Amino acid sequence: MIFRSVVIAGVILAGASSICAAQADVRVEPEQLQGPRPLEEQTKTAAVRNYLQAWETLGSALNRNDTGTLDKDFTGTARDKLAETVQQQAAAGIHTRYQDKSHDIQIVFYSPDGLSMELTDEVQYDVQVFDHDKQLTTQQVHAHYIVVLTPAEVRWRVRVFQPQFE
Amino acid sequence: MRWIYACVAGCGMLAGQCAAAQSGTLTLPARIEAGSAFSVPTTGSGKATLYIVGLAQTLKREVNLGEPINFAAGTLYSAGHYVAVLVRNSAPAESGSFDVRPANRPADITFLARPSRLPVGLHGGITGAAYVFDSYRNLITAPAQVAFELSSPKGQTQTRAVATRYGAAWTQFDSTTQQGADRFVARIGDVSSVRIVGQVPGDPCSLKISARPAGEQIQLQTEPVRDCSGNAVPDGTIVTFTESYDGGESTVDVPLKRGVAEVKMPARPGARISVASGVVLGNEIRWGK
Repeated sequence: MIFRSVVIAGVILAGASSICAAQADVRVEPEQLQGPRPLEEQTKTAAVRNYLQAWETLGSALNRNDTGTLDKDFTGTARDKLAETVQQQAAAGIHTRYQDKSHDIQIVFYSPDGLSMELTDEVQYDVQVFDHDKQLTTQQVHAHYIVVLTPAEVRWRVRVFQPQFE
Repeated sequence: MRWIYACVAGCGMLAGQCAAAQSGTLTLPARIEAGSAFSVPTTGSGKATLYIVGLAQTLKREVNLGEPINFAAGTLYSAGHYVAVLVRNSAPAESGSFDVRPANRPADITFLARPSRLPVGLHGGITGAAYVFDSYRNLITAPAQVAFELSSPKGQTQTRAVATRYGAAWTQFDSTTQQGADRFVARIGDVSSVRIVGQVPGDPCSLKISARPAGEQIQLQTEPVRDCSGNAVPDGTIVTFTESYDGGESTVDVPLKRGVAEVKMPARPGARISVASGVVLGNEIRWGK
């Protein structure tokens, strides 16, 4: 994750370009912001880094059916829904493995007060579904996610996390 | 085969999802609205297990094959991409995927308004950002008009309609010229969210002092101190009186009380007395010999 974060910072500085990191290909497009507030490179880098870390956190939580780590990267609605999913999985005796394969990220909104940021992510991931230890299916998913991040004490947390369907 | 038509129609953006939806023999709706009722037909006979798995919700249900699997309204309510797997006892699992979209009807607005207090007459000083959600806390990403309104206690109103983009809309207003508590409202349909923005007087616009003798001293007093919009500057604001005389100088800081500042200083013939508050300088008085 540290390696990936460092690489991402370089990508952001270079504008739109493509990389292949240890786990997922990450591409960060130049931002197309609505709103009057300028976005500093350091802020952008931190937000993208924290968002990608959130993918690792959700993968771990849903694989282990453990909500303990969600608070680090998720808050509000996103946190509540993920926690509910973990609990439903645990009750049903299933678990899932999410592996993000690639991200194409663009920041589209930075609120004037700096208290929220919105990005889109053209993401490809694999999802494996298990009932106890029996693998039921593996699917590749290509989806366009909308993500709202809000700043916490030392990091950006995911507040809304859902696909866009238009 | 309605699901195939819907899938083809929606393949512009979500090609991967559509391909997955067609890959099994499990017949699924291409997409449903959050919280709506839906049905999954099955064939064959005997028992099976249906799994519906997503990032925001998971369901598992024992089913009788040959009968449709009915999901009542409110069962699947979190927007997202879902994988469905039907596991039979004696046949390979069938799988597919489908989407749950946010409901169209707004039910909640998250409204971020800043600041909670600011000086009057500040250009672009008040900002607000709104996110629109359905009743299941799904972000409504289809464009919609959010009406922002800033109104002062005396009826001054600024309004602006802004279309959401990716579920968010923002606006910016000037603070009004009168102090008081303004109502800042974000509204969509019959859903609204209100914030109160306190507008306080700005810095003093000008200072004017007068002087009169008081025994061995001079009684100095400002006129009522106001900002450039005519609002009284708050009591407690510091006004500095400076008396210069024969190479000497004495300074007194006085807080405003009931809108004015007053002080007694030694009456030194030929002294020059000036007044200031913040960056504003007032008039100067020369005390006669």
